[in-house]
Amino acid sequence: MVRTALLLLLVVTAPAAAVLPAEQLADPVKEARARAISRDLRCVQCQNQSIDDSDAPIAHDLRVILRERISAGATDAEAQDYIVRRYGSYVLLKPPLEAATLPLWLGPAAIVGLGAVAAFVTIARRRETTPTPLTPAETARVDTLLDP
Amino acid sequence: MKRLIFIVPLVVLAGVIVAFAAGLQRDPSILPSQLLNRPLPVFAKASVQPGQPGFGSTALRGQPALLNVWASWCGACKVEHPELMALSSAGVPIYGLVWKDTAPAAAQVLDTSGNPYRATADDADGRIGIDLGVTGAPETFVVDARGRVRYKQVGPITPEVWATTLSPLLARLRAEA
Repeated sequence: MVRTALLLLLVVTAPAAAVLPAEQLADPVKEARARAISRDLRCVQCQNQSIDDSDAPIAHDLRVILRERISAGATDAEAQDYIVRRYGSYVLLKPPLEAATLPLWLGPAAIVGLGAVAAFVTIARRRETTPTPLTPAETARVDTLLDP
Repeated sequence: MKRLIFIVPLVVLAGVIVAFAAGLQRDPSILPSQLLNRPLPVFAKASVQPGQPGFGSTALRGQPALLNVWASWCGACKVEHPELMALSSAGVPIYGLVWKDTAPAAAQVLDTSGNPYRATADDADGRIGIDLGVTGAPETFVVDARGRVRYKQVGPITPEVWATTLSPLLARLRAEA
């Protein structure tokens, strides 16, 4: 009973966001867009939180700026780009595919590929090796072992 | 050939260890400035001191100068303050952007511990700081004679930072101008 109640509690409690009521936009659609963008933007002060989660003053400022952009009619991409232009693609929690992040995106596939090539080569080589015929002495020893 | 199979993983492991050891020496809180080799964003603000002139982005032209982002609430700014005073009396032009602070609190710091700045600008809402890509105070931008950002120092200017990084850079920029 207690366990069920605790589990239920875990299910219904959502992690608290740092967004204050005063920051929110009156239009629920625009507010939802702002929330979605801010969840993907890294707080530059507490770097493993999004600006949606962070209580840092600068995260607050960035949330407000994001909402100002959206109120001014910016698209999601434009609003996000406004902050990326100032702080760099580092603030994107999902790193974009660009020259500096190529190893990040292609590295794992390249390592798996290299492993696959190595495995194929090893297996192919193992198949190719034909066993050398037994010497007469070995044949005699096998016979004595098999026919006691 | 057979031996190579055993050596290659060891070489890769050694490479990974070197890369990780180098990575651990790096401070991940220091982000590269997006403004590098680009002009300062345009701004102009009043001073935090009543009756004193403020400054704008155009003030940092004509000769290499430092743009120091600070606030009265910032502890590390107090640490670098004596160094800024020393640089200022040595003739280094320093401009102070007062970031996310109140003008009276900042003015009081200047009155009590000295004013190393040619002029101050009051960025109370922190918007100029965000245009500059500031992540915290203090940060100092080295601006060349054409008004372009050439370097960003994150954290206080210690005598070591001055001697090893900023002083040689300013000398180079002066020669360039």
